[in-house]
Amino acid sequence: MSGAGLALPAVPTRGQRAWRRYGLAGIGAAIVLGWLLVALLAPWIAPYDPDFVDVANRLRPPSAAHLLGTDALGRDCFSRLLWGSRVSLLAGFAVVLLGALFGTLVGMVAAYARGWVDEALMRLTDLVLCFPPIILALAIAAALGIGTTNTVIAMLVVWWPKFARLSRALALVQRGQEYVEAAVVLGLRPARILGRHIAPNAVGPLVVLVTLDVGNAIITFAGLSFLGLGVVPPTAEWGAMVAEGRELVEQWWVATFPGLAILTVVLGFNFLGDGLRDWLDPKARSR
Amino acid sequence: MIRYVASRLLGAAVMAVLATLVVFLIANTVPGDPVLAQLGDIAASNPETVREWRAKWGLDLPLWERYGLFLRGLLNGDLGTSIASQRPVLEDILQYAPATIELATIAFILALAAGIPLGIAAAVWRDSWVDAAARMVSLIGVSSPTFWLAFVMLALFYGGLQIAPGPGRLDPIAFPPPDVTGLFLVDSILAGDWEAFHDAAAHLVLPSIVLAAATIGLITRTTRAAMLEAMGQDYVRVSRSKGLPERFIVLRHILPNALIPVVTLGGLAFANLLAGAVMTETVFSWPGLGRYTFRSAAALDFPAIMGITLVVSVSTLLVNLLVDLSYALLDPRVRR
Amino acid sequence: MTAPPVLEVPVLEVQDLRTVFLTDAGPVRAVDGVSFRLGAGETLGIVGESGSGKSVTALSLLRLLEEPARIVGGQMRFQGRDLLAMRPEELQALRGDRMAMVFQDPMTGLNPVIRILRQLTEHMVSHGHHTPAAAKHRAITLLGRMGITTPERTVTGFPHEFSGGMRQRVMLAMGFANDPALLVADEPTTALDVTIQAQILDLLRGLNRDFGTAILLISHDLGVIGSVCARVAVMYAGEVVEEAATEAVLADPRHPYAWALVNAVPRIDQPLGAERRLTSIEGAPPDALDLPTGCRFAPRCPFRIARCETQHPPLAEVAPGRLARCWVTQAGAVLPKPGGTGFAEPGAERVRPEAAAPLLSVRGLVKHFPLPRETLFSPRRVVHAVNGVDLEVARGETLGIVGESGCGKSTLARLITRIHTPTAGSIRFDGQEIAGASAAAIRPLRRRMQMVFQDPYASLNPRMRIGDTLAEPLVAHGLLRRGAEARERVAELLSTVGLNPAWAARFPHEFSGGQRQRISIARALALQPDLVVADEPISALDVNIQAQILNLMLNLQERFGLTYLFIAHDLAVVRHLCDRVMVLYLGQVMESARSADLFARPLHPYTRVLISAVPVPDVGAQRGRQRVVLQGEPPGTLVLPTGCPFRSRCPIARPVCETPPPLAEHTPGRWAACHFPGEFDPGSSQALPSAQARAESPA
Repeated sequence: MSGAGLALPAVPTRGQRAWRRYGLAGIGAAIVLGWLLVALLAPWIAPYDPDFVDVANRLRPPSAAHLLGTDALGRDCFSRLLWGSRVSLLAGFAVVLLGALFGTLVGMVAAYARGWVDEALMRLTDLVLCFPPIILALAIAAALGIGTTNTVIAMLVVWWPKFARLSRALALVQRGQEYVEAAVVLGLRPARILGRHIAPNAVGPLVVLVTLDVGNAIITFAGLSFLGLGVVPPTAEWGAMVAEGRELVEQWWVATFPGLAILTVVLGFNFLGDGLRDWLDPKARSR
Repeated sequence: MIRYVASRLLGAAVMAVLATLVVFLIANTVPGDPVLAQLGDIAASNPETVREWRAKWGLDLPLWERYGLFLRGLLNGDLGTSIASQRPVLEDILQYAPATIELATIAFILALAAGIPLGIAAAVWRDSWVDAAARMVSLIGVSSPTFWLAFVMLALFYGGLQIAPGPGRLDPIAFPPPDVTGLFLVDSILAGDWEAFHDAAAHLVLPSIVLAAATIGLITRTTRAAMLEAMGQDYVRVSRSKGLPERFIVLRHILPNALIPVVTLGGLAFANLLAGAVMTETVFSWPGLGRYTFRSAAALDFPAIMGITLVVSVSTLLVNLLVDLSYALLDPRVRR
Repeated sequence: MTAPPVLEVPVLEVQDLRTVFLTDAGPVRAVDGVSFRLGAGETLGIVGESGSGKSVTALSLLRLLEEPARIVGGQMRFQGRDLLAMRPEELQALRGDRMAMVFQDPMTGLNPVIRILRQLTEHMVSHGHHTPAAAKHRAITLLGRMGITTPERTVTGFPHEFSGGMRQRVMLAMGFANDPALLVADEPTTALDVTIQAQILDLLRGLNRDFGTAILLISHDLGVIGSVCARVAVMYAGEVVEEAATEAVLADPRHPYAWALVNAVPRIDQPLGAERRLTSIEGAPPDALDLPTGCRFAPRCPFRIARCETQHPPLAEVAPGRLARCWVTQAGAVLPKPGGTGFAEPGAERVRPEAAAPLLSVRGLVKHFPLPRETLFSPRRVVHAVNGVDLEVARGETLGIVGESGCGKSTLARLITRIHTPTAGSIRFDGQEIAGASAAAIRPLRRRMQMVFQDPYASLNPRMRIGDTLAEPLVAHGLLRRGAEARERVAELLSTVGLNPAWAARFPHEFSGGQRQRISIARALALQPDLVVADEPISALDVNIQAQILNLMLNLQERFGLTYLFIAHDLAVVRHLCDRVMVLYLGQVMESARSADLFARPLHPYTRVLISAVPVPDVGAQRGRQRVVLQGEPPGTLVLPTGCPFRSRCPIARPVCETPPPLAEHTPGRWAACHFPGEFDPGSSQALPSAQARAESPA
């Protein structure tokens, strides 16, 4: 017994391992939960009416009275920030959940039907995917007119294809698994095979994509708002708030804080999604 | 290989035609009435004027005939006339494209140059502080709203520290180099105008960093995942059993395999850069396609929006084709 | 580099090697005190089941272990140099130079994006033995030596252009590139078909003989070891339990585990006994985290004595040149010859009542799988998986279907069970036509026709408790209601297949491979079927578990009067289990006959070659046995060959073979698709005509 490097190495403690495995996802979950609470409680915790115009107090820097200062119309930035979380989170969840629902339906049907149905649905998916999402969403949003609902609809049009692709691929993988073949041989009905055998085993990656994607949708929605296509003024919304402040370099607080809000909430979803992915990946889990 | 390219081109052409159909349908079946938008309230209240106007623009024809006209116009390079600028949309697009191409190219190079080494380092020193740092950089990159990042950079380095030039492609008082390609960096080199080159380069720093931020995150993540995937493959252990140096194994055996999925990211990165360009150019007053898009959208300038959508989706198709072809170069398994 | 080794210094000397895996649950002692030595030019085999530590031993030798594995003790000397004291650069200089390794899976062992030439030459150059030009020359020469007919073309290709057998030849050439003193081969033929395995084993023997390279061969298959290695070490639970000359271990094992290993496998070279149950030891290897204090095999050992439970036996000499880690044999006891009461006469098979109408009757079955288009406009290519198969299975009979991978046997199973819909042909199950029937029309018949799958890890839904898995078909067919009734039936099913009924609430991942296969069988039995289609049900299992599952299948057949369609690539198992056997090649039947007849005197040249390629775990018998090593590999299934499908590899192919031979009845019950049935018999004519190498060039 000679030579270096033969001694037992330090084994990471239980805490270190748990941190490595769940730490990021935990932080992400905490951030997301925090913002959800804010959105829920905004009417009670916001110190001012978010739309109350007070021109006498316009563009005040952050102070005890106005934690994040006031904007060009003298509205309280902090209250607007809190209220803005409602629109952003709602839009983000609506786009992703509805998009995932529709896309998954398309993907599963394509995978199950195969043949020309599959071909047609997948060509349609490819067609939508050949437009850069934000440009097409922008065109549709412009066509539909300004408004939260219209913007969400525009985003939905470009949002579902990735879920169709992923769910089809997942369903196809599961379809070839021997336990699904066993279910066929046992004489189970297609709906039961899809619902009881394929879906539960295919759902993991979809959950990860949904989680990561809520952040994406929030950024895109805020972007469209920033471009003037999201919400109808004077609704408090983070993207629109950044737009209102983008010329105000001296009054940096007007644009900075709503942007930070977007950054934190999206980061939260990304942490959570990344953590979920590591956790669901059996290769990563065994380490 | 030629057969493959030919059939791919044909497929892309079919998709492009279908894309025009989508664009056409969006433009022609949306609730908003172009009559109102084009003629204004007073004229629209006169039924005779409206009828004439509709006949003039072919709006009284059935949908499929209008699509035929639309296609014929396209073949003649007619994307319609912009309401806002009163100029042909194609002319507008050609005028604004070079600024965007210059910015996006620099951003893309930046994203690759930062993202790939970062991803490699994160994978090689997996679970170390390098990995954690790379993860944070990439997560913050993809989580930052571009328009906000642009504002913060501008406020900090131009407004606050005053070490970066302001918005625009050049100083307001400077003259652009003689127009050859429309790319200021190239044109200034061609003209030997080093002052303009320096000015243009300095103005590119902030916007290209902002534009690259999200893509850096994407590329870092993908490179890291692909490297780890490749590192777990049997051929890596075989390489070790052959007594090859570790550095050689990483660079010559693992990396070529890991780059394959990174290349497939090209199409996605392109779409990313376009989306980012709309925001970045708006904040940096960059006279490119992105700002043109924003202005058209804000003015509900439909012909312009449709034209942009079409041009951009066709270029996306071409980029995806290029990605698939370079994929074939990198991966002998898909070569024919 | 080093002075020529003194004669007494062995190539490799391992003393008390200990390797652990540092897992969350604690250190797992994967290799626990292994010692052996290997002289220059010698061959040593290491045999054991999965988890016995044999592969970890191989990786430890080259110090190629990755986290969380660590060598924590022992000594390893290579040509007298201490491997554990070496710095990374010294190890690097040694690996691929004096000491080389060949791994199990040739499909993943080569880098897909690098040309063969660079992969063959890079370490010749980096170790400083050759200039790039000389290395290229040597690479081509080596590939030629490995039996590749067009080495100049091969080196310019990429790995994906070659079959598994070809790639393993490339891997061997890579191992021999710098003319090593020791080659460690870790299951080098496990991923290959039996005819290709025979080619590679032939090659290994030749390389050992011609180059004098010492070979350490790791395998789970005693037949493979027996055909290459002079000595063998048997590993169990991280320890060597027996080490001796291979012949001696095979004839007269001195450790009960080696005894079980030798006797668990049916032998193709010995007459069938009347008793079809194989010798199997119950139980599973001990938990590596909680090893028994006494002999590690004691809990499963049929011969254990009181001392075995408490005292850990050393590896000690039981006879001259023979080591065993067993108190019983060290005390001088001899392990008995297993089970069977002597050998039965040929033809002493079970006599099955031939039913008037066959249970299953298949005519002209065809399945083609169209591949997805590569682009929107490229032509569709088609995999010709099954190309006109006829078969009949009588009630209560076992029909075996054998063939190499890609012969269409698994597709055939999935057509008969109607997982896939046939392209053409007829399937009549108990008189009812099901080939084109709708899913709804077949559903009532499903109760009577069930399937057992190959991969015990993939064939159970990981998210369902096994109780639910077993109850689901019963409830779906309206046979019983959820609740107490179902629970009772599930418990009954579990005990039928030898599992604890209390385990119904567990999930699949809580079971071992063998236990999962039992659950899979229980699921197939739940509906009380007449026919069970078993698609390679034991090929993913260790030999001992194989024997358990085979015995279980035999018991169930007797108890419930089951009819089996048994699909396998292992001829010895098929011979052992099946009444009749059908040989498939490229989706067509080559030969079909009663098992005893087919193995006694095959009519089709392919059948003969297949039988002869089986490595037999007995060096003596191997010597007497006529071996035919078939050259080349089966053609692909995208374009079917014209004429006889086997003619491109057939040793007796003649011009007339360009017309496809019909499957004709030779003597009653014996069918063969050959123009010259029974003519190929290398026992009489020693000559093996021109090596057919056409299939060797890149596809």
